[in-house]
Amino acid sequence: MTNVITVSGLSKSFGRTRALDGLNLQVRAGEVHGFLGPNGAGKSTTIRVLLGLLRADSGTVRLLGGDPWKDAVELHRRLAYVPGDVTLWPNLSGGEVIDLLGRLRGGLDPRRRAELIERFELDPRKKGRAYSKGNRQKVALVAALASDAELLLLDEPTSGLDPLMEAVFTDCVREVKEQGRTVLLSSHILAEVEKLCDRVSIIRDGRTVETGTLDELRHLTRTSITAELASPVNGLAGVHDLRVDGSRVSFQVDTDRLDEVLKHLSASGVRSLTSRPPTLEELFMRHYRDESLAGAR
Amino acid sequence: MTGSWALVRLILRRDRFILPLWVVVFGLLPITQTSAIAGLYTGEAELRRFAASMDANPAFTALYGHVLDWNAAALGLWRGGFTPVLVGLAVLLTVIRHTRAEEETGRRELLGSTVLSRHAGLTSALIVTTAASLVIGLIVLATFAAEYPVEGALAAGLGYAGTGIVFAAVGALAAQLTENAGGARGIAIAVLGGAYLLRGAGDTTDASWLSWLSPVAWPQRMRPFAGETWWPFALFVALAAALCCAAYLLAGRRDVAAGLLPPRLGPATAAPALAGPFALAWRLHRGSLLAWTLGFAVLGVVMGAAANAAMSAMAENKRLLDMLARLGGASAQSDMFVAAVLGIFGIAVSGYAVQAVLRMRAEETAQRAEPLLATPATRVAWTASHLVVAVLGPAAVLAVLGLSLGLTYGLGSGDVGTHLPRVLGASLAQLPAVWVLAAVATALFGVLPRLAAAAWGVLAAFLLFGQLGALLDLPEAVLDLSPFTHLPRLPGGDPEFTPYAVLTAIAAVLLAAGVYGFRRRDVAT
Ligand SMILES: Nc1ncnc2c1ncn2[C@@H]1O[C@H](COP(=O)(O)OP(=O)(O)OP(=O)(O)O)[C@@H](O)[C@H]1O
Ligand SMILES: [Mg+2]
Repeated sequence: MTNVITVSGLSKSFGRTRALDGLNLQVRAGEVHGFLGPNGAGKSTTIRVLLGLLRADSGTVRLLGGDPWKDAVELHRRLAYVPGDVTLWPNLSGGEVIDLLGRLRGGLDPRRRAELIERFELDPRKKGRAYSKGNRQKVALVAALASDAELLLLDEPTSGLDPLMEAVFTDCVREVKEQGRTVLLSSHILAEVEKLCDRVSIIRDGRTVETGTLDELRHLTRTSITAELASPVNGLAGVHDLRVDGSRVSFQVDTDRLDEVLKHLSASGVRSLTSRPPTLEELFMRHYRDESLAGAR
Repeated sequence: MTGSWALVRLILRRDRFILPLWVVVFGLLPITQTSAIAGLYTGEAELRRFAASMDANPAFTALYGHVLDWNAAALGLWRGGFTPVLVGLAVLLTVIRHTRAEEETGRRELLGSTVLSRHAGLTSALIVTTAASLVIGLIVLATFAAEYPVEGALAAGLGYAGTGIVFAAVGALAAQLTENAGGARGIAIAVLGGAYLLRGAGDTTDASWLSWLSPVAWPQRMRPFAGETWWPFALFVALAAALCCAAYLLAGRRDVAAGLLPPRLGPATAAPALAGPFALAWRLHRGSLLAWTLGFAVLGVVMGAAANAAMSAMAENKRLLDMLARLGGASAQSDMFVAAVLGIFGIAVSGYAVQAVLRMRAEETAQRAEPLLATPATRVAWTASHLVVAVLGPAAVLAVLGLSLGLTYGLGSGDVGTHLPRVLGASLAQLPAVWVLAAVATALFGVLPRLAAAAWGVLAAFLLFGQLGALLDLPEAVLDLSPFTHLPRLPGGDPEFTPYAVLTAIAAVLLAAGVYGFRRRDVAT
């Protein structure tokens, strides 16, 4: 499969702040790619580099086969962008902004525009300041989704949307995907990522710490185990969060060491055992928090 | 009052450079002008002659008011008659910057959720500007008291402080009226301009009561160094108190970030014309351009009338006419007046140009440039869309000014055919210098975006050069920095080609540098 976005070794500093520090990112054609990371990790900065709004300090960036800095104008014909924090012009109505952005991208389909406005329950006659945060977000979303762009760059597009509208957004992204278009979706909402994304990249401190399909990532994580044992166990090495309460033990274990640890347990006589596969949440928590992990890779 | 002091500290922190700068400059201007006059005209006879000739010229009366006495201190304050207007401008802009502008950006909301009282923003802005006005007054008092009678110094200081306090309150009230800071600024500046015109009208015509309606005239009504009267200070206090009450009343009734008028609904779809960066720029700029054009149309009529008043007053005064004949005749005198007015207005129109250019920076930092630049619109097109307004807008304003001034002046002297084209041409001749300022702002925006607002400092410096350069004996090389120094004095002077060509070329180079710089730099995040 061809890559729509290829970023390697991308670095970007603002004065003394190192926002991106050798970031890698590959987004394949036709996929919805989740872009995750804690606050300040560098997601928005990466997207702005992809848009040619910021110039990379070093590293290579290819977008739709072009250089986002040099070929900005040609590339922008083929993409649509939803910023994380949408600000509108105080004296323009939402409908005017949608039309303006659409026409700048080379026109938009009035039928699709009307349909999206209805689905998102947006009043297009209100002016800039009169919109709530969620409604401002909807203006940008309608403008982007009504376009024919082959690539959508969405920076936390659902921040401020209520659950109902989030569901509408999810449907819309699925439709976009069915049409064979590509989406880069930066998000903090794991359920959304789980529902929509084929692959995800997790970044931290400006570096990619994990990338792959959700199943691949799950595989990399830990299983929680609670067991009743006949005799106390000793020498349970390589497990995490170990709690021993008489004959009861509970701990987490890296998936690749599961077999080894289970053998060790059965040597002490297992009376009962429950195991729980890792939730995505735990996976992300670990990547967001774990200092050593970011350093090791 | 809860939290007001914390906000006062915040304002002082944010304005730590600009606030002391204008307080000190405006505080020292009157004594500087006085010392300059005292240095130029020594002895009672010379001062008396200077005072008489100045007061006999209604053009000067229109600009600065009546000469009240012939002593150097009174003359210095008279010559600085425009400074209270500048003080008023500085305080009202400061108040709006820390009230409505904060609400507009949403920062006020962030603070409003902390333990702040409802009016803390307004109160803190008024505390800072009132204190700044008082400090200006104190500087005036201290500097004059060192050399001149202390009563006069006190009256002068009170006049400056009072003007500042009143226009801070004007700013506070204007900030309650509109949702956007630009609108509030427009209202407050219109009030200030109106007050200045009212003073000019009252002082040059028989309807001298008109001046009493204008706070700009009250400092002179306190007659510093000319037999002080104290009670006009009560006018400042009463008016400021009334305006503040109104501001607090309105602030208490409205929601944070809301204006007085409820926001209206707009169209559900855009007009077909709204299809590119240029159409958008026109939408964003047209309101303020219209306001400036109308404002200058009115100013042109008023100043044209003043020029005519000057002509007829001089025609009645046989002795003065003889004296003027030696200086080039009465019409040369009113030409000089028109040229002086156009010189000042040229700088004011540069203010429009700088503001139009800096609109780009405002759009950029408000993240409104980003979605546009993420479309096929190029950076050059986006910049050009605003620069077209910044370059052609001043042309429109100056053309309308020239037409209205030339028409009024021509009608008064019964010779529209001669005067209209001359005055129109003289007005448009300011353009190259105006463009240089627009270009300086553009270059800063493109190359040193964080310092873009310094363009205002450049404009202020050129204004001071024009107002004070001759009095202060500033070195030629410094005065030459200002493009306005190089403009031939029109009408009446010799319209040379070279300065226009050179200034236009400088402007073109700086504009190109700014656009090039913006193409190469990061868009602010
Ligand atoms: N213009 C700037 N000047 C200085 N530092 C900046 C600038 N823009 C971003 N940064 C810094 O770069 C880092 C990455 O910021 P970025 O906005 O890309 O994070 P993010 O992943 O989008 O975070 P969030 O989830 O909060 O949106 C942060 O440390 C931020 O402070
Ligand atoms: Mg972000």
